Amino acid sequence: MQKTWWKILGSFLVVYTTVAGFLLEVPHLNILNETIRNLYFHVPMWFSMIVLFSISIFYSVKYLSSKNEVDDLKAVEAINTGIIFGVLGLVTGAIWAKYTWGQFWSSDPKQNFAAIAMLLYFAYLILRNAIDEEQKRAKISAIYNIFAFPMMVVLLFVLPRLQSSLHPGNGGNPGFNSYDLDSRMRMVFYPACIGWIIIGYWIYSIRFRTRLLENKEL
Amino acid sequence: MQLANQVKQLIKKEMLLEWRSKYALNGILLYVVSTVFVCYLSFVSIPNKLTWNALFWIIMLFASINALAKSFLQESKGRHLYIYTLVSPSALIIAKTIYNSLLMIGLTLVALSFYCFVFSPPPATDILMYLVATILGSLSFATIFTMISAIAAKAGNGGMLMAILSFPVIIPMLIVLIKFAKNAIDGLDRSVNLDEIGLLLVINVLVMAVSLLLFPYLWRD
Repeated sequence: MQKTWWKILGSFLVVYTTVAGFLLEVPHLNILNETIRNLYFHVPMWFSMIVLFSISIFYSVKYLSSKNEVDDLKAVEAINTGIIFGVLGLVTGAIWAKYTWGQFWSSDPKQNFAAIAMLLYFAYLILRNAIDEEQKRAKISAIYNIFAFPMMVVLLFVLPRLQSSLHPGNGGNPGFNSYDLDSRMRMVFYPACIGWIIIGYWIYSIRFRTRLLENKEL
Repeated sequence: MQLANQVKQLIKKEMLLEWRSKYALNGILLYVVSTVFVCYLSFVSIPNKLTWNALFWIIMLFASINALAKSFLQESKGRHLYIYTLVSPSALIIAKTIYNSLLMIGLTLVALSFYCFVFSPPPATDILMYLVATILGSLSFATIFTMISAIAAKAGNGGMLMAILSFPVIIPMLIVLIKFAKNAIDGLDRSVNLDEIGLLLVINVLVMAVSLLLFPYLWRD
C-alpha cells in the first residue's frame, strides 16, 4: 500500500477528470463554447510530455557522469513515453482545431512548432538505432538529447510567442488566464494535470522495468 | 592564454589543410554555383518575393549541410588521436566553429552574389540588411552543424544521419532567419529587425555554450 498509493491516486484522478470533464458545467465563452472541455485532455498531455522529457534530460546528464547503463535505459524509456504523450497532445489539438478552426491542420505556429519538436525526438530514436555498440550509443544519444533540449524549449515556448497564432492564449483569443478564475474549471483542470503526470510516470516506470528484465535475460 | 594559442594553431592547421587539398573548398563552391544554376534553369525568373527568399535559404541549407558535414567526418582515427594528445577539447570545438563560420560566410557571400546575378533581387530590397541576415545565418549554420557533425561522425554513419539530426535543430533558426530576410526584402525600417537579431544571437550563444559543455564528453572514447 505504501508503494502503490500514488498509482491509485493517479488512476482515481484520471477517471474522475474524464467523467467530470464531460459532465460538469463549464463557462460559455466566445469561439470556444463546449470545446473548452478539451483543456482537461489536451493541456495535461503537454505537461506530462515536458515532465517526462525533463526526467530523460536528468538521466542523460547523470549518465555522462556515472556511465551507468541503467541511467541510459531510464533516459530512453522516458523519451519513448514522452513521445506517446506528445503525439496524443498533437492529436487532441488537431481534433479540437477541426471543430473550432475548421481544419485538422491549419499551419498555426503552435501546431507546426510542436510537430518539429516531435521530429527532434524521432531523430533521437533513429540516432540510437544507427549505433550498435551499447556504451557508445548511450553516450552519443545522451549528448544529442541534452543538445536538443534547449532547442525544444525555444520551439515550444519562445517562437510561438513571436508569431500570431489562433491558439487560445494568443492574439486576443480567450486563454487559460481568462477562465482561470472560474473555480469550476480549476476543480477539474489541476487534478487532470496531476493525474496524467502520475500516469505518465507510471507508464515510464513499467517500461523501464520491463526493459531492465529483458536486458538481464540476455 | 594557452587556449587562445591552441585555437589559433588549430584554425591555421585547418586552413592549411583546406588550401593544400583545395578539393573540398572548390567542390562546395561548385556545388553551390551549380545548384543555383539548376534553379535558374528550372525557374528562369522569380517574380514572387517570398519564393525568391525561400529558394535562397533552401539552397543555403543544403549547401551548408554538405559543406560542414565533413568537418569531423574527414579526419582519420589516427589524426584524431594525435590531436587529442596535443590540445584540449574546448580548443578543438572553438577552432572548428570559428573556421566553419569563416567558411560559411565566404560560401554564403559567393552564393548570394551568384544568386543575385541570375535572379535579380526584388526592387525594394535593403541589401545591407539582407547581408546582415545572411552573415547571421552563416554563423547559426556553423555553430549548429559543427556540433551535429561531431555527433554524426562519432556515430560513424555520415551524411544521412547528419541531415536527420540537424533538420529539427536548424528549423527554428531558419524560420527566424527567413522572417528577418523577408523584412529586409520588403525594405522595412531597420529597427524592426532588432528582435530577430537579438533572438538569433541568443540562440547562437546558447548552442555554443551547450556545445562547449558537451564536446569534451563526446570526444573521449
